[in-house]
Amino acid sequence: MSMIPSPAWHPIAASTDLVFRHVFHGKLAGQELAVWRADDGNVNVWENRCLHRGVRLSIGMNDGAELKCQYHGWRYANRSASCTYIPAHPANSPARQVTNRTFPVAERHGLVWSALEPDAAFPDLPEGDWFALRAVTIDAPAQTVMGALAEAATSLVPLSPLACRLALREAPGETLIVFTQPLDAGTSVLRALRDGTPADAEPTLRRFNRILSGLRDSIEAVPMPRIGAVEPDFAPVSADLAAVPGPRAAGLSVVVARKWWAAEDVVALELKPLSGTLPAFQPGAHIDVTLPDGTLRQYSLTNGPGEWESWVIGVRRQRQSRGGSRMIAEQVREGDLLAISEPRHKFPLRRDATRTVLIAGGIGITPLLAMAKALHHGGHPFELHAFARSAGHLPFAEGLQAFGDHLHLHLGQDPDETEATVRQFLGPHGFAQHVYVCGSARMIDTVTQAAADLGWPDEAVHYEHFSNDRAIDASSAFTVELARSALTVDVPAGVSLLAAIRDAGVTVPSSCEKGACGTCVVPLLDGVPDHQDVYLNTTEKRAGRAIVTCVSRAQTPRLVLDL
Amino acid sequence: MHTSPQDPIHDAWHPVSAIDALGARPLRTRLLDVPIEVTHGPAAWRTDTGADLPVRQQYGLVWTSLGQPAEDLFAIPEYDEPDRRNISAGPIGVASSAPRAIENFLDLAHFPFVHTDILGAEPHTEVKDYAVEVTANGREIIATGCEFFQPMAALTADGGQKVDYIYRVPHPFCAVLYKSCFVDPTRMDVIAIFAQAMTEESIRAHLVLSMIDTVHTETEMRRFQQVIFGQDKPILENQRPRRLPLDPRAETPIRADLSGIAYRRWLAATNVTYGVIHAPQ
Repeated sequence: MSMIPSPAWHPIAASTDLVFRHVFHGKLAGQELAVWRADDGNVNVWENRCLHRGVRLSIGMNDGAELKCQYHGWRYANRSASCTYIPAHPANSPARQVTNRTFPVAERHGLVWSALEPDAAFPDLPEGDWFALRAVTIDAPAQTVMGALAEAATSLVPLSPLACRLALREAPGETLIVFTQPLDAGTSVLRALRDGTPADAEPTLRRFNRILSGLRDSIEAVPMPRIGAVEPDFAPVSADLAAVPGPRAAGLSVVVARKWWAAEDVVALELKPLSGTLPAFQPGAHIDVTLPDGTLRQYSLTNGPGEWESWVIGVRRQRQSRGGSRMIAEQVREGDLLAISEPRHKFPLRRDATRTVLIAGGIGITPLLAMAKALHHGGHPFELHAFARSAGHLPFAEGLQAFGDHLHLHLGQDPDETEATVRQFLGPHGFAQHVYVCGSARMIDTVTQAAADLGWPDEAVHYEHFSNDRAIDASSAFTVELARSALTVDVPAGVSLLAAIRDAGVTVPSSCEKGACGTCVVPLLDGVPDHQDVYLNTTEKRAGRAIVTCVSRAQTPRLVLDL
Repeated sequence: MHTSPQDPIHDAWHPVSAIDALGARPLRTRLLDVPIEVTHGPAAWRTDTGADLPVRQQYGLVWTSLGQPAEDLFAIPEYDEPDRRNISAGPIGVASSAPRAIENFLDLAHFPFVHTDILGAEPHTEVKDYAVEVTANGREIIATGCEFFQPMAALTADGGQKVDYIYRVPHPFCAVLYKSCFVDPTRMDVIAIFAQAMTEESIRAHLVLSMIDTVHTETEMRRFQQVIFGQDKPILENQRPRRLPLDPRAETPIRADLSGIAYRRWLAATNVTYGVIHAPQ
């Protein structure tokens, strides 16, 4: 390792090595690298190892927005290197943020650069027109190559221990900057830039390839002791990946980059990170937005694969709302800062279906938009049914045309017509078919009822309520035992179960506190719950193994919770 | 690196050749970094010292050991049923460690991606929860209730269906699977992988089939299994590190990896050191 100067930037590939939708296998000082360009032009330099079972990502598939591991199909996002999908568990989002190790990257003069140390300063490269020559791999340590270059040059100015400006005896009139990339302790790659792009590019490339190959042959002709490979550094995954995760605190600051009308009464906000990049998320995810008055509101992310630079949410201005949506629609301006949570996944999309039916009612299209984009990008069969009062009430209408035949618009239908339409296109359930619905409580009731009548099992029907419209009955009084905390807590009438638990000093995360988002769900060990939420489905409610603590109560005098 | 005497691998039986592949001239091969020769009879000896090695014949293979092996080898009772077709397929050389090959053999989640349109097909990628236990005597891992949707589970399978699996790991470098039999729903086909560790990072995989199949020729069945393993080979050879890391923080397991997690913990608990990387103390 002492042979290799570090920390330092080295060229690790030519720009032309990063072929469209290909993954380049690079190496620097014994560290294998998976180098790939996404369709947005961004170059990713990652440790060449899937964090799941160690398979090289350089044999994976680059789909333009994500890298898919060959072994188990895990998908890692462009830029963030975070895992977005684990096919073995299609009904769950990755419970933890599995993020691959990334290395810094820069692209200059037709070469791709990286460094093993994150803090190394990028070298001062000369400006102007420099032409990248073909790389030559040499079976010798980098210092040996530098020594041989000095002998082959007419003039030489060292720039760093492994870079110099020179003219070769075989091409005296042409100035080169030569970099020696240490692949390993005993192998190097010679990468050179020529001053000025020649008129005859191809013959020049061939001429220098011949000269540098000759240099390689002369270096390799000298017998050398065999040098062992550098032991690669397999960094352990973070401790939280080896442990069961707890709740995470909110913690992103974003700036409102753009605000526009996405439909009548619907405001769209484009949110950009104040610094760094946004975390990866799965289609169907929502964020909690903290409003100026401190309250939280949930909004779904509409972005598709590869749309990582900013997030777009849609907010419906409700005339008689609690004030939250109205505050966003009327008071938030472009350039304002907002505090938001990390993406939360309560509405995950399975990608193991042979038919996926997405049903949107009005503003309920937002999570389904992200789902449709993911399914469309992945080539999965799906239908997007968008219901709206009129074409003008259809949010994000301009982006829907991209879905082509997958899109079905249903405009201006009354409740009876809506129900008939849903029953007609839904049809009987078949193997590996799933339906997702988001919209008003009535829309969700219509779809879940139609699906149940047509024989769709509960686990094939997925929905997300934006709010719980049901009146909450908080008149009962009961006792709750917290099994793990060894506490008994009385819940009087008018006080929520969640509030009573918190008063006893036990922490439970929550978000909407209206029985819609599922953040405060707790496992139930004994007792009969009085479910008043819209989060758990019928099967889950009947099983009675979980309770949404912000609104639900007890039918029996006593409940036992796993807390 | 040679095995340490504390490593149970040193005294274990190891497969070195199919019986019917041995001729008059000795087969030169390698076991746990030691050059050995095997001949029909059977007999085996170290090439470096000339010392004789113990031998036994079982499951169509010759087994030997560098230490003092136990009297018997683990049992696969189905192998002796009179109507079974017992075939050895292999060996197939793989530039990987024996534990990586065994863990891959226990893995269901890779079927749609590695054995596409045979043992699995997208979009049917879900691994349902299954049960894993170590037997009371601590000698064996058993995974039961494994289920997977397969388009063409075996040569005898007719179209896609859900297939049930049971896995056994009766030896650190050997695994046996039982899967739904399409000829007789009351019985199960048996497929075993017996890994001969030539070095810590190179193996010969001996595959043994014990099937209920009255239709296909031995060559057809052997080819089917070789196609399957030929798809695993490039994956195994592209795993880094090649030796199996036993540190829970080395890689990121998920629920579907329950049998692999149990296997890694079992190797650590039984002090296997050959072909694995122990967690730093």
